[in-house]
Amino acid sequence: MGNLMEVRNIETYYGPTMAIRGASFDVPQGEIVTILGANGAGKTTILKTISGIMDPQKGSVSYQGREIQKMDPDRVVGLGISLVPEGRELFPFLSVRDNLKVGAYTRRDHAAVASDIERIFEYFPSLRERAGRPAGMLSGGEQQMVAIGRALMARPKMILLDEPSLGLSPKLVKEIFEIIVRINRENGTTIVLVEQNANVALQVAHRGYILELGRIVMADTGAALLQKDDVREFYLGIKDQGVRGVRRWKKRKTWR
Amino acid sequence: MAEFLQLFVNGLAVGCIYGLVALGFVLIYKAGEVVNFAQGELVMLGAFVAFTFVVQFGLNYWVGLALAMVTMAIFGGLLDMIVVRRIIGQPQFSTVMLTIGIGVVMRSAAAMVWGPETRSLPTPFDAATFRFGGVVLSAVYLSILATTALLGLILFGFFRFSRVGTAMQAASQNQLAAYCMGIPVKRMLSGVWALSAAVATIAGVLLAPINLIDTNLGAVGLKAFAAAVIGGFGSIPGAVLGGILIGLIDLFSGVYLPQGFKDIASYIVLLVVLVVCPQGLFGAVGRKKV
Ligand SMILES: Nc1ncnc2c1ncn2[C@@H]1O[C@H](COP(=O)(O)OP(=O)(O)O)[C@@H](O)[C@H]1O
Ligand SMILES: [Mg+2]
Repeated sequence: MGNLMEVRNIETYYGPTMAIRGASFDVPQGEIVTILGANGAGKTTILKTISGIMDPQKGSVSYQGREIQKMDPDRVVGLGISLVPEGRELFPFLSVRDNLKVGAYTRRDHAAVASDIERIFEYFPSLRERAGRPAGMLSGGEQQMVAIGRALMARPKMILLDEPSLGLSPKLVKEIFEIIVRINRENGTTIVLVEQNANVALQVAHRGYILELGRIVMADTGAALLQKDDVREFYLGIKDQGVRGVRRWKKRKTWR
Repeated sequence: MAEFLQLFVNGLAVGCIYGLVALGFVLIYKAGEVVNFAQGELVMLGAFVAFTFVVQFGLNYWVGLALAMVTMAIFGGLLDMIVVRRIIGQPQFSTVMLTIGIGVVMRSAAAMVWGPETRSLPTPFDAATFRFGGVVLSAVYLSILATTALLGLILFGFFRFSRVGTAMQAASQNQLAAYCMGIPVKRMLSGVWALSAAVATIAGVLLAPINLIDTNLGAVGLKAFAAAVIGGFGSIPGAVLGGILIGLIDLFSGVYLPQGFKDIASYIVLLVVLVVCPQGLFGAVGRKKV
């Protein structure tokens, strides 16, 4: 299958600060694509640029063959791109159920909304009993579930996930990533997953990109990236024993 | 005792009006972080517009009221779209100056259009009174209580159960997230201004039989502002309760305290409340993220 989205040479600024310095990557239809990078690499900025919160000064984002880089976020979500923002960004005083309903705001088929809420509760059973609670009172993991559920309510073709594992226990991370894989398998929803936690992300991703200081410095399949020495050392924290002599002069990352 | 009850109902009624105006403050503040110091002037303008429809055009009272609400809602919405929206994101100080300026312009414009005379708006309840034991209650005051209760219920239902109401709440709790959900946040803000202008119109019309209509009617905004602050400036029930508190204090201090206390009693209470609990009596739990 072809690419659902193609990002070409985008440059995005915060005032005078250039946060994205000409990044390009492809998101194939139906795949899980991960973008890995350290804190401050520009991962969030890339997702903000795709979802229309920020406009790039140069470059293009084409989605289903259509350029969307100048569109506002409310238009972009209408095209089938939903963002699960960094830090959840729920509506804290609305109930869980109302948060989910607001996620369906762009949809016309109001009758199907109720059954979709049921489906979300099936993915995240612990939310069912919290349905009437204000979202701000939930635990971090439950809030992340609401944020993912809220994005799903728009019935997106593509979901942008910004560090869903941040601040969660390994057990919760596992649970949430299982759901992400399920959503991808069952509905064929394309997923762009931004993470610092390279280990979990690469295990589920079909393809990965590594972002440093606003540039894509490496691209490969998820499995291949898991095997690369640099990635293992700098993103997975695994130091291969027995190649110490080699490692000494290889200290610099090979892509530099 | 009878006299006390009568005063209590009157104070309650006036307090309800303060509460309705305060509710306008709170709606706009929660939605857009703008304190609208022209809220009192919206009340004044709403009353004048209703006066024009009912007295000058001779329309039926209810038709005139409905038309005035629609007219003012459009006016409020346009005010946001054309003027207020441009300064969103500027320092809080400039929004204060802007809304104070808008209030002054509205007062002058009203003086030009309707002149300096005091007008009265005849209502269907003018003369009627009800007797409960020894207590005589005028229909005017009762109508104020009933209207406030009804309006409270309608607004509650709107925000709680309607799609647009929920979206308005969402937009006021997390603007960026709302935008990402496809909610047209700017249109929602204008909608809140329209709603708050319509509520101000009702307040103005309710106030007309008590205060008469002139260009200084907007002074009610000051009392309502105090009510909103007491209520925690973010809570809708808090605003109404704050209004009722101020209305009762106003009335009883006028009757039972020495001359002159009436004008300052509510502000003394305001200061005490602010010193004792700076978040207001019904301060919103949890701070909103900007
Ligand atoms: N609001 C902002 N104003 C100015 N600079 C910012 C802002 N947000 C992020 N940046 C800068 O842009 C770069 C990329 O940030 P970000 O996309 O948030 O990184 P990541 O999500 O990968 O941690 C960082 O160097 C950061 O300092
Ligand atoms: Mg980030």
